[in-house]
Amino acid sequence: MTDITSLSLFELIKNIKEKKISSNEASKSFIDRSQKSKKLNAYVTENFENCLKLSKEFDNKPNYDLKLPGIPIAVKDLFCTNEVRTTAGSNILNNFFPSYESTVTQNIWNEGGILLGKLNCDEFAMGSSNETSFFGNVQNPIAKDLVPGGSSGGSSSALAANLTPVTIGTDTGGSIRQPASFTGTVGLKPTYGSCSRYGIVAFASSLDQAGPMSKDVKDSSILLEVISSFDKKDSTSIDFKRNNYSSELTRNIKGIKIGIPNEYRVEGMPDEIENLWKKGIEYAKDCGAEIIDISLPHTSYALPTYYIVAPAEASSNLARYDGVKYGLRSSGESLIDMYEKTRSEGFGEEVKRRIMIGTYVLSSGYYDAYYLKAQKVRQLIKKDFDEAYNKVDAILTPSTPSSAFKIGEKSNDPVSMYLNDIFTVPVNLAGLPGISIPAGRDKNNYPLGLQIIGKPFDEQTVLNIAYSMEEKINYKNNITDWWME
Amino acid sequence: MDGIMSKNNSEYLIERNDNIYEVVVGLEVHAQVTSNSKLFSSSSTKFGAEPNTQVSLVDAAFPGMLPVINEYCVKQAIKTGIGLKAKINNKSVFDRKNYFYADLPQGYQISQYKYPIVGEGNVILDMPGGQKQVGIERLHLEQDAGKSIHDIDPSNTLVDLNRSGVALMEIVSKPDLRSPDEVNAYIKKLRSIMRYLGTCDGNMQEGSLRADVNVSVRIKGSTELGTRCEIKNVNSIKFMQMAIIYEANRQVDLIEEGEEIDQETRLFDTKKNETRSMRSKEDAHDYRYFPDPDLLPLEITDEFIDQLKSEIPELPDDKKKRFIDEFKISPYEATILVSDIDTAKYFEEVVAKMGKNRDMKLAVNWITGELFALLNNKNIEIAHSPISAKNLAKLINLIKNGTISGKIAKTIFELMMDGDIDPQIIVEEKGLKQQSDPKALEALIDKIINDNREKAIEYKQGKEKLFGFFVGQAMKASGGKANPQLINEILKKKL
Repeated sequence: MTDITSLSLFELIKNIKEKKISSNEASKSFIDRSQKSKKLNAYVTENFENCLKLSKEFDNKPNYDLKLPGIPIAVKDLFCTNEVRTTAGSNILNNFFPSYESTVTQNIWNEGGILLGKLNCDEFAMGSSNETSFFGNVQNPIAKDLVPGGSSGGSSSALAANLTPVTIGTDTGGSIRQPASFTGTVGLKPTYGSCSRYGIVAFASSLDQAGPMSKDVKDSSILLEVISSFDKKDSTSIDFKRNNYSSELTRNIKGIKIGIPNEYRVEGMPDEIENLWKKGIEYAKDCGAEIIDISLPHTSYALPTYYIVAPAEASSNLARYDGVKYGLRSSGESLIDMYEKTRSEGFGEEVKRRIMIGTYVLSSGYYDAYYLKAQKVRQLIKKDFDEAYNKVDAILTPSTPSSAFKIGEKSNDPVSMYLNDIFTVPVNLAGLPGISIPAGRDKNNYPLGLQIIGKPFDEQTVLNIAYSMEEKINYKNNITDWWME
Repeated sequence: MDGIMSKNNSEYLIERNDNIYEVVVGLEVHAQVTSNSKLFSSSSTKFGAEPNTQVSLVDAAFPGMLPVINEYCVKQAIKTGIGLKAKINNKSVFDRKNYFYADLPQGYQISQYKYPIVGEGNVILDMPGGQKQVGIERLHLEQDAGKSIHDIDPSNTLVDLNRSGVALMEIVSKPDLRSPDEVNAYIKKLRSIMRYLGTCDGNMQEGSLRADVNVSVRIKGSTELGTRCEIKNVNSIKFMQMAIIYEANRQVDLIEEGEEIDQETRLFDTKKNETRSMRSKEDAHDYRYFPDPDLLPLEITDEFIDQLKSEIPELPDDKKKRFIDEFKISPYEATILVSDIDTAKYFEEVVAKMGKNRDMKLAVNWITGELFALLNNKNIEIAHSPISAKNLAKLINLIKNGTISGKIAKTIFELMMDGDIDPQIIVEEKGLKQQSDPKALEALIDKIINDNREKAIEYKQGKEKLFGFFVGQAMKASGGKANPQLINEILKKKL
């Protein structure tokens, strides 16, 4: 039989339910491959021993009614996991062991999932290349010294390298979709309020959203069904009727109206992205969709708006890391001195940069000009989408303006790095669901993704379009295991 | 505004070199919401627990923890707003007030900045010169911080987070107060209203009620406000009054010396009885307020407000009015009786238990006289009075129906407090019943007149003072039990 680790989640579940593979066998395969893949630096914390133990327990008393029966899963290290180190990619939480579990991960364990380990990410999810992590760069399994995207870079790398059957990331401005696009995988950011934020280390509360990352669309639908839930512990969680995403998944999208926003043709966009988009439109037509040109007039303001709102919230969210209660504490002469030393040593450059930006835009005298104005523009961006959705059911765009870049290529140029989020950020600002699916390759053979944006709470349509187009695109990652010796 | 007398003789004036200054005070009162759990977590709020035993992951701001509003605290704030005759806002917003301190685990306090839950209202004060209305600017909900303890460990500051996240109402008055006396009356009235509503216990010793005091001075008659100083976190009425007097005089001195007053935050040193500069306006914190993205705006429907309005008990002003109308007592007496909810309850119970033949005068006198003296002496709250309202009512009725005299009643009162004994039982056991049998009293008086013939003659000749002598003799002979009214009547007849 084929290698267990190359199976899709759906196939793995099927094999486990048919008792062809045990949970323990599956776990061993992923652990074995993970151990041979240390060069990718995808893991921050391994939970291998415990995973083997729990998989045996599952096999001794299997429950095949669960949605993830005995499935080992590694998760982004932004989710707090009970008694398992949770770092958020930061030195300041280097030795932090939560006594609680995030709702999203708890949902996974409740359905039979087993924690494989915690995956590397940009520090506090601030980054687009995983280069801001205190725990070092992550390699993209597609090619040596290529970034896996970010901030869920450990997740995308581990997924593409078959170190985990599926994974979960968080997406504040593109942190699921962009790394998925860079690694030839699928990444879905659900509607804001779908997945509880309880127990997820906060970056920007009004934008953060957890979501599935998987090798194909069907797997994302299975995982979304598990992790999306109404949670009273998160006041921004929304109590709406959630679909049975996987069983309602269909390739029949005949007559669905898909909008093409003119404003996403940004200046200097490489031809290969333009061509990918054109191809995507043809695929969508082939699937029976109706293509309609739309306008999202405030698109060009999305990135500056995002880089005011997100740092503002982050500057406040990260104030709790002060050395007083948990995490790193550097000794100081006085309270203020202790704060300064702890935060200077605990936070990396990008985090400090964003705290500074956030503090600035909220400060007295600048609040109205920056934060308040950004909030107003955010409403306009939302309104753009609302109006577009009077005409169409979903929107098709490229996921990123480029393919994966080399490690170090942009790390000294924050603005160029930020520009990478240009197509994903508006979706977070508007709180909409968006998926990135692999749709082609650039001249270097690096994967490129297309993004499908849906109406609020309409993950099902987004998944259905993606599922349908995926079949037509028929993309397959070509992973050579170059990192193994 | 109807019927509010603006005249008041309780203003505090300072005279310097022919200039007369008045003091202008506004208060920001922090009142702890009466609630079993905190504003955004389910931890207990019980006072006096071991340090750090009432702290949830939310209170200690662990990563990924989120606040969830406690509906009960919201109801309490709305009720208080209704009690302050204030506008309840259908939409209010929780903001983050950002600053670093060891006892502020989140690095920000969740408060309400631009959009408070309660808007403008007012409070009526009963001052010696008449009533005075004090404007309420707003009331908002916010979290309390923890407590830094500097005096246990010589080299470290210790932090107790039990208080962290406890719900506070910040009640901001308009700068309508003009003297320490008015501040006293204002705090007491606020406290009274909140105790009636059950929204704050008003216990200043436990820190349930504290205030930031804004003080400025101006030449009397001027309509412009002077530069104010804010005296932070004063926790007793006495200290507020002392701080105001010190601060007002300090400001007048500065003005008289031709200096400017800096707008600044000051601290009151209770030991030295002076205020000290804490930070100037330039050093003021930039709190970087912004709406808390973890919380949705608080939306309150009119139905919800109406429901709470229907649950509001009779408040002191209305109760006072009713006491005057219904019980025909004086406004002064009514003010005293309604000022504290437990006193009002006690009084009403006495009235109810007195039954049809009630004597309001006696009831008021006994409660504000003997009972208050007793409670004062023993330092007991009226809610824990050793003499129940029921038994005090019985005692009053015994006086009213002539069973005992007022003097005997005082003796009985003393005996009652030892276990709340029924006065009727004491009267019977001790044989203290008043002698009201005219025949027996006539015999007794005949004997006295007989024994004091010369004095009786002197009385008849016009020495009227001697009447008291005979009354005294009669009371003495009866062991104090003779009905004084009957004695008077019989003596007049016989002499």
